[in-house]
Amino acid sequence: MFRRERSIPLRGSAAALCNNLSVLQLPVRNLTHFGVVHGPSAQLLSAAPEGVPLAQRQLQAKEGAGVSPPLITQVHWCVLPFRVLLVLTSHRGIQMYESDGSVMVYWHALDAGDASLVQAVFARGIAASGHFICVGMWSGQVLVFDIPAKGPNIVLSEELAGHQTPVTDIATEPAQGQDGVADVVTADDSGLLCVWQSGPEFKLLTRIPGFGVPCPSVQLWRGTIAAGYGNGQVRLYEASTGTLHVQIDAHARAICALDLAPELLSAAEDTFVHIWKLSRSPEGGYIEVEHCHGECVPDTQVCGARFCDPSGSSFAVTGYDLAEILRFSSM
Amino acid sequence: MSVRTLPLLFLNLGGEMLYILDQRLRAQNIPGDKARKDEWTEVDRKRVLNDIISTMFNRKFMEELFKPQELYSKKALRTVYDRLAHASIMRLNQASMDKLYDLMTMAFKYQVLLCPRPKDVLLVTFNHLDAIKGFIQDSPTLLHQVDETFQQLTEIYGGFSAGEFQLIRQTLLIFFQDLHIRVSIFLKDKVQNSNGRFVLPVSGPLPWGTKVPGLIRTFNNKGEEVRKVEFKHGGSYVAAPKEGSFELYGDRVLKLGTNMYSVNRPVETHMSGASENLAAQTQESIAPNPLAKEELNLLARLIGGMEIKKPSGPEPGFRLNLFTTDEEEEAMICLP
Repeated sequence: MFRRERSIPLRGSAAALCNNLSVLQLPVRNLTHFGVVHGPSAQLLSAAPEGVPLAQRQLQAKEGAGVSPPLITQVHWCVLPFRVLLVLTSHRGIQMYESDGSVMVYWHALDAGDASLVQAVFARGIAASGHFICVGMWSGQVLVFDIPAKGPNIVLSEELAGHQTPVTDIATEPAQGQDGVADVVTADDSGLLCVWQSGPEFKLLTRIPGFGVPCPSVQLWRGTIAAGYGNGQVRLYEASTGTLHVQIDAHARAICALDLAPELLSAAEDTFVHIWKLSRSPEGGYIEVEHCHGECVPDTQVCGARFCDPSGSSFAVTGYDLAEILRFSSM
Repeated sequence: MSVRTLPLLFLNLGGEMLYILDQRLRAQNIPGDKARKDEWTEVDRKRVLNDIISTMFNRKFMEELFKPQELYSKKALRTVYDRLAHASIMRLNQASMDKLYDLMTMAFKYQVLLCPRPKDVLLVTFNHLDAIKGFIQDSPTLLHQVDETFQQLTEIYGGFSAGEFQLIRQTLLIFFQDLHIRVSIFLKDKVQNSNGRFVLPVSGPLPWGTKVPGLIRTFNNKGEEVRKVEFKHGGSYVAAPKEGSFELYGDRVLKLGTNMYSVNRPVETHMSGASENLAAQTQESIAPNPLAKEELNLLARLIGGMEIKKPSGPEPGFRLNLFTTDEEEEAMICLP
């Protein structure tokens, strides 16, 4: 059972995007950082354990040519071996900051060419893999940036071709070191999942087709891919083979966010947040799922949800038009 | 965001505007032979709707509208509707125009938010077009213009993927972000809470293509189902009976976008929270920001296609106070 904790007020309401909540846990400093996209700006704030807000900062999308101010698509903290960077993607490019958002260390402008005349051009989907940061594009490409241990000498290392439609989300987990073991998963608007092994040259291991239903959110943990789809389903796959292991008719509307560690958290536009327990069956070795808890956030189109601690005993939720971060913790 | 959103925004808001004008003009309906010079007759009403629809679906206007482009700012879009409302002999005062626009915006925001699938916004648009055709039954040329727009919508959006519609939906919701004007008809129907937020029901028909939540299926390596477990998902949903039609004529199934002010229901198009309105708007619209140069150019091209009718008769007779119970509305206590 979970109970509602004190909410954290936001300066601006959350935008109707997917994966619109990033959480950086800093247990050593007894702090939690939250990042939410409002529209043309994103809000970062840090809070103490009881949800008491301590500091907040707003970041703007870097301007460029165009009629209206550029909109941010996602904000996400990337935890790398020697540093943490905050990455912001927008309709103009990719901005990388020091983790508190104080200094921009890198700017990558989108090279849209004539594309912007006929289709939306943007970056979306952010994840750290080892000392790389992967960012998805409207074109389906995934840019891989090599991040030094410190300083602004960030270099575009590779451009991955695997998707034909806009990238929605990217998930990673620490590399196992062995050959052929997947540690990066990218998802797109057609529901296609590409499974990669990171390295100086990323290797495409397998593809999992989506049949036209978008996959807005994906997670990777201990070799299991959890993918949430626009038709409300959550599917679990074996990362190395792409085999479907579990299919959950989880929500009544499109899923907008997933989090995984060690429980699975799913949130959707149907106002519900569900928590699922994952385990490996002793006999068959296949993944088993059990529903643990369902929470209805009344009249709120949820747009972001994350666990706030490593054991999954608390989580936070954002909703469209809601100017606060809702918090829940287990009793 | 999506560069294909403006036509949907314009047509749906335009549709809502026509619904409201039709209802308000009917509310002031006086039999033709009994009408004084300053009163509205059925003939006048039909003429007003005809003139506005004719301007809305003007070919040159539609050509500009359907070009891929970013959404206009709220200010620019409001200016388009100011001009549109005055494309007939009708003259609205500022207060009436403000309320009309607020009502239109909240209605379409509601429709977008409650669309089961992102693609259903197209069905909402078709519902508006179907109703618009109902207003101009005796004008074959106008009907043809509307049908042409229908074809254009089908050509452009017919082949869109679910992902592209999701982007359109997000673009529209970002446009409507932070608007919480309380609308009397919504409050009465319990689709809006007293804090201005819309009610999102956790029951009813599911989007086409979504299964009833509650099932967990486990498969083995050979793809065979080895386990099936049910769980309690908290809602009370049923599968959609059928998919709405995207053809020129057909059962849309979805009710969103149909005329909620239609003659069968006794309805007041009352507004509350006029003062809340300002507070709820974002900084962007409060600050005295001149329209950006690009927007002005776009606007000029768009409005260039419009013919602004000058009232030929004596002006006072054609002035319309849309919401005659202003005093009562202002006196309404707005709960925080």
